[in-house]
Amino acid sequence: MEKSAKSTSNLITPSRRGFVKSSALATAGMLLPGMELSAMANVFNDKKLKIAVVGCGGRGTGAANQALKADDNVELVAMADAFQDQLDKSLVNLQKAYEGTKKVNVKDKNKFVGFNAYKKAIDMADVVILATPPGFRPHHFEYAVNAGKHIFMEKPMATDVPGIRKVLDMAKVAKEKKLNVVVGLQRHYQNNYLAVAEKIKENVVGKIVSGQVYWNSAGVWVRPRQANQTEMEYQMRNWYYFNWLCGDHILEQHIHNIDVANWFLGEYPIAAQGMGGRQIRTGIDHGEIFDHHFVEFTYPSGAVISSQCRHQPGTWSKVGENFQGTKGRIDMKDAGTASIVDLEGNSIFEHRGKNDPNPYQVEHDRLFASIRNNEVISDAENGAKSTMTAILGRMATYSGKVVTWDEAMKSEKLLVPKDMDWNSTPPVLPDTNGNYPIPTPGETDVFV
Amino acid sequence: MKSTYAYILFLVLFASFFSFSQEKELKGYQQELAGSNVIVDMIFIPKGRFVMGSPPNEANRKVDESPTHQVLIDAFWMSKYEVTWELYNLFVNRTIDTVPNKINNPDVKIQVDAIAGATVPYVDMSLGMGTEAGLPVGNVTQHAASAFCKWLSAKTGYFYRLPTEAEWEYAARAGSKTAYHFGDDVADLDDYAWHYKNSDNTYHEVGQKKPNAWGLHDMHGNVAEWTLDQYLPEVYQNRTSTMKNPWEHATTAYPRTVRGGSYDDDAAWLRSAARMPSMEKWKMRDPQFPKSKWWNTDAPFVGFRIVRQASAPAPMEMKKYWNQ
Repeated sequence: MEKSAKSTSNLITPSRRGFVKSSALATAGMLLPGMELSAMANVFNDKKLKIAVVGCGGRGTGAANQALKADDNVELVAMADAFQDQLDKSLVNLQKAYEGTKKVNVKDKNKFVGFNAYKKAIDMADVVILATPPGFRPHHFEYAVNAGKHIFMEKPMATDVPGIRKVLDMAKVAKEKKLNVVVGLQRHYQNNYLAVAEKIKENVVGKIVSGQVYWNSAGVWVRPRQANQTEMEYQMRNWYYFNWLCGDHILEQHIHNIDVANWFLGEYPIAAQGMGGRQIRTGIDHGEIFDHHFVEFTYPSGAVISSQCRHQPGTWSKVGENFQGTKGRIDMKDAGTASIVDLEGNSIFEHRGKNDPNPYQVEHDRLFASIRNNEVISDAENGAKSTMTAILGRMATYSGKVVTWDEAMKSEKLLVPKDMDWNSTPPVLPDTNGNYPIPTPGETDVFV
Repeated sequence: MKSTYAYILFLVLFASFFSFSQEKELKGYQQELAGSNVIVDMIFIPKGRFVMGSPPNEANRKVDESPTHQVLIDAFWMSKYEVTWELYNLFVNRTIDTVPNKINNPDVKIQVDAIAGATVPYVDMSLGMGTEAGLPVGNVTQHAASAFCKWLSAKTGYFYRLPTEAEWEYAARAGSKTAYHFGDDVADLDDYAWHYKNSDNTYHEVGQKKPNAWGLHDMHGNVAEWTLDQYLPEVYQNRTSTMKNPWEHATTAYPRTVRGGSYDDDAAWLRSAARMPSMEKWKMRDPQFPKSKWWNTDAPFVGFRIVRQASAPAPMEMKKYWNQ
């Protein structure tokens, strides 16, 4: 939360039409302070920063690319992934993109493969990118913080409650050590969200009493089982559909929108209840996750947020957030716009968003500027609590019961086994027909 | 030898007579797609001459629209509406590929299953604006739009492709010389187009606004439309004599030309002559690397419509249109 306050201070608040004319100016205005600071800081702190990426899928590679663009004096030195082919492909793509620069310099001996590959890669770097499937994140984060590294880590932070507690503990340690931790909840670095957060602070909408947050879409990729795969390799490749790795889509994707609710309300829920299931996505390559969840989150202030996420082709799609306050209503659209109207529907505020910078790039620009300036960004605590909010929602839809934050936080249920390798048995296994156990509301106990 | 010449002469005469008579009689038609209820309305655009670009006295014109120049365009059909999500998703989902078409048109002979398909996206590519029947597809790259055309061609046996920039402007003008196909008065724009001031920040069902003289809807606004051409801001200056079917072949990925303006643009961008370059930032929020070649993440305001030439080119030529 401190971070968001800081980043909004540079915002020029645009009026609906004024923004168009002043957009170039506004963009420059928003970028310049950071650039000035980092240029200034380089005089004092021009050490080459070594980067390691842990998790070399499309997103890890994307984050590496943004990190390499964020600062002149950086070098990618190590990579780690469970799979050799994924690491090789990622490196080739980055080498192609940075040909002629000295920014990609990963020697063969610094390409680390397997479940424990992350340790050696993290050891070599000043800044680490943690972008594996979320189940592994708590261990990676713990190791990186203990090793004293600056961190960019993707959302979510964990898939189970013990993982959340570990991240919260390590978030404190990171703060004490003055390590920068940026979390890939990029809406915190996106101008339309920052602008509205500022308006909320100015009391333009009054007290927010309710909201609706959505990630309704057709669904994501499926990687069908290959003939030569072990069960472990299959689950690791098709990770989206296994809870120990992914945490279900209410966590893996919808966390973005749930996090916005927490951010705009300035609090975390005390309880959740909801419903969900799988009706369309029921094949053997669809593992154990639901294809729809609907949750009501109740907050300490009394506000209630309805959350819906759905992966069903051909249904109404929406990714975004709406909030109702005592003075106005907020409409956040995925296209990068935002609007606030008063209770009579008159426009109070419009953000057009057309010339806004790339929030994924801004995350890294801020991270590296902060390192150069000896400042500290601490996103981990909010990242963990928003992850926990989504897990709370999942506990509610899987169980069909009211689950309180306090009781959920005490859960000892481990989804991710300790000390895994390629010979470990995955925590869930298919029956003889290839089907996995599916949570059943009313029967499933989410605490054991 | 003599007989060969005579034969060739005969062929040429016959062919020109045939194509002439064919063009005269050609009408619009409805392209069906076996396995689906989706129908593509195609409107016949006769061959003709027009003045491309905007005159110096046109309000809000930009430098890249000048000088005006004479252009000859061969006849073609153009889809009455922008391609919808419903139609485009047939290409993404590929569930109707195996259903054989009732009529086997002879122009294109490609196996439909040999065509690469768009990836299933991680996010909702409509960015919350919806994909229901009638809503125009957005956030597609030019590559994806061309691949769609190739797929549709393989599926139907007719040669479909994106329009060239010149074909687009010729079709949009429909004989008009004014800023918009209905005249110069922006006050009338609401009757014909979705633009920034009346769109409520979203695209709308195609065909709700009045069409142009040739019956094409939403040439101005709603979603901007891909053309085949590289965006070359100064290229009109080289066009000193009458151009026939001009097409600036693309050699680099950016910028390419988008026409018509969108729901997200101010009125000036919707003018018939206005040219908009594509931008890398249209993929800005693609978190992956390399970024998708199929999807933009920040250009829900760019879609496309399709054309079919009155006379289909040779198979080798077709590839040039599809694979730039």
